[in-house]
Amino acid sequence: MNIKGKKVVLHDMSLRDGMHAKRHQISLDQMVAVATGLDEAGMPLIEVTHGDGLGGTSVNYGFPAHSDEEYLSAVIPKMKNAKVSALLLPGIGTVDHLRMAKDLGVNTIRVAAHCTEADVTEQHIGLAAKLEMDTVGFLMMSHMATPEKIVEQARLMESYGANCIYCTDSAGYMLPDEVTEKIGLLRAELNPNTEIGFHGHHNMGMAVANSLAAIDAGAIRIDGSVAGLGAGAGNTPLEVLVATLVRLEADHGIDLYKIMDVAEDLVVPMMDQPIRVDRDALTLGYAGVYSSFLLFAKRAEAKYGIQARDILVELGHRGTVGGQEDMIEDLALTMAKEKGLI
Amino acid sequence: MNKKLKAVIIGPGNIGTDLLMKMKRSEWIEPVWMVGIDSASDGLTRAREMGIKTTAEGVDGLLPHIIEDDIRIAFDATSAYVHAENSRKLNELGVIMIDLTPAAIGPFCVPPVNLVQHAKELEMNVNMVTCGGQATIPMVAAVSSVQPVEYGEIIATVSSKSAGPGTRKNIDEFTRTTASAVEKVGGAEKGKAIIIINPAEPPLLMRDTVHCLTKGQPDQAAITASVLAMVKEVQKYVPGYRLVNGPVFDGNRVSMFMEVEGLGDYLPKYSGNLDIMTAAGLRTAEMFAEEANNGNITLPARGSVEEI
Repeated sequence: MNIKGKKVVLHDMSLRDGMHAKRHQISLDQMVAVATGLDEAGMPLIEVTHGDGLGGTSVNYGFPAHSDEEYLSAVIPKMKNAKVSALLLPGIGTVDHLRMAKDLGVNTIRVAAHCTEADVTEQHIGLAAKLEMDTVGFLMMSHMATPEKIVEQARLMESYGANCIYCTDSAGYMLPDEVTEKIGLLRAELNPNTEIGFHGHHNMGMAVANSLAAIDAGAIRIDGSVAGLGAGAGNTPLEVLVATLVRLEADHGIDLYKIMDVAEDLVVPMMDQPIRVDRDALTLGYAGVYSSFLLFAKRAEAKYGIQARDILVELGHRGTVGGQEDMIEDLALTMAKEKGLI
Repeated sequence: MNKKLKAVIIGPGNIGTDLLMKMKRSEWIEPVWMVGIDSASDGLTRAREMGIKTTAEGVDGLLPHIIEDDIRIAFDATSAYVHAENSRKLNELGVIMIDLTPAAIGPFCVPPVNLVQHAKELEMNVNMVTCGGQATIPMVAAVSSVQPVEYGEIIATVSSKSAGPGTRKNIDEFTRTTASAVEKVGGAEKGKAIIIINPAEPPLLMRDTVHCLTKGQPDQAAITASVLAMVKEVQKYVPGYRLVNGPVFDGNRVSMFMEVEGLGDYLPKYSGNLDIMTAAGLRTAEMFAEEANNGNITLPARGSVEEI
């Protein structure tokens, strides 16, 4: 692999995807401290919202410690160089949330849809582009469609006004060859001015390798999370990725020691549980299941006596997609009834 | 005297066609016209083959025939953007509008919760909320009829194949309209709605989750009885409406997990989301026809100059 001199724009997820691992309970002080540390380390983009994006506050996904408005209002004024992004899942959040985010100074809006359903993003991508925001189309669970299908859906998002398209490995299922193939085809087929991004999860231990494969195949934006704080076994641990980028002499602009210190001194002490490839997180990657299902499946196991692993494998069989957290309790109840436990 | 009210369907897509097939079995409503905008479209062709008059000139192509064909009921299955104009033109001629789009310019109608009241008041435009609303609001209402609900949340999951271009282009209207009706009809102080589109093959049945947060500890026995009774009410017009799990009680949370299987009239049975809309829309029109036939309401006088 030769990525020497290649431009890489890193994007931190610890304050958005990390909200899943923290059951959306990160405090305002913690948000500001981590974001400030990342800003000083040279992180160009930092995502801040509920784990399920703007408007994610709900019984289904969890009520956060603070509203999106409160988090964004606390973090954005403190940033010297870093820009702040917000995630928006049509079907959960609306254009009203998007306007609110824009008004609070959010620079980048990332409109997410399941990788075969990009046509639900037209309203939101269209508005963000019209507002001259940095507008990203985010194709979730990209392991569930062929490279050709991913390109077709990416073209839709591009046509609505997205200037960057992500191939998102929400389940942490992909191996490097699949990343190479999908990112490579996106790079070859999309408008040359459209940036390509990759978002990984570490459920199969592949997040760093996959991110490097993505860069090599033409991705410029790479998501990760300081100390890996994210759903499932976490996102690509940014301090590890930065160390590899230093050795490979890519152009990333991050101070390695500073980001290592943010990980060790600020983020690890915040963790409610170790972010690691335990058997349930591994099952997410193995079975191709949305990473934020992890803690819900563990809670269902505790409540109904059905192993989280069995629930997750069945959710994989059923082709469950992002956002279907409600299926977990429903399925656990059905499985518990079948076993005569309730 | 023929007790059936004559009806027009605007929008020959999936919903319109399914509605037409159900209407042909109705004792109270007779489909006469199908309105589209492309004479070569599959929908208009199907309607013609089923013996229905068609126009490809939109609602304007229908207006000259309203009085001569005695059209009394219109079903709008187009989009929120054109509904207001369709409704204005037809209401002027004394046609009652049943709105299957998310436009929601008239009051929301969820048959087992508030249809009787709308029929008595002869509302000239009633809105059928959304598929997710029809499937879940009866459950919210079943809980709120027992004790106050401070927050009601619904999650509707539909198969990719049953989510048409209208829903996809208008996904914010779905969440807004449904959340608003969870409050106004369901009786929750605050409503929230989420929709998920799932592309799995074979397509999954429509499924819906309803979470209510009650004020104070939920009265488990009374809520369970109310929920089970409401499921039976919905099953009267949607036989494939099922409570799969619940009500589950967890602190002040009450959760119901539903599944909706369609009749498979036009689209396959997994499209319970379409079925529950068309069945609820038709049920609404039938109630107006029954009330008119029983002399409880008087149908609107025609507003056209020709009739004066």
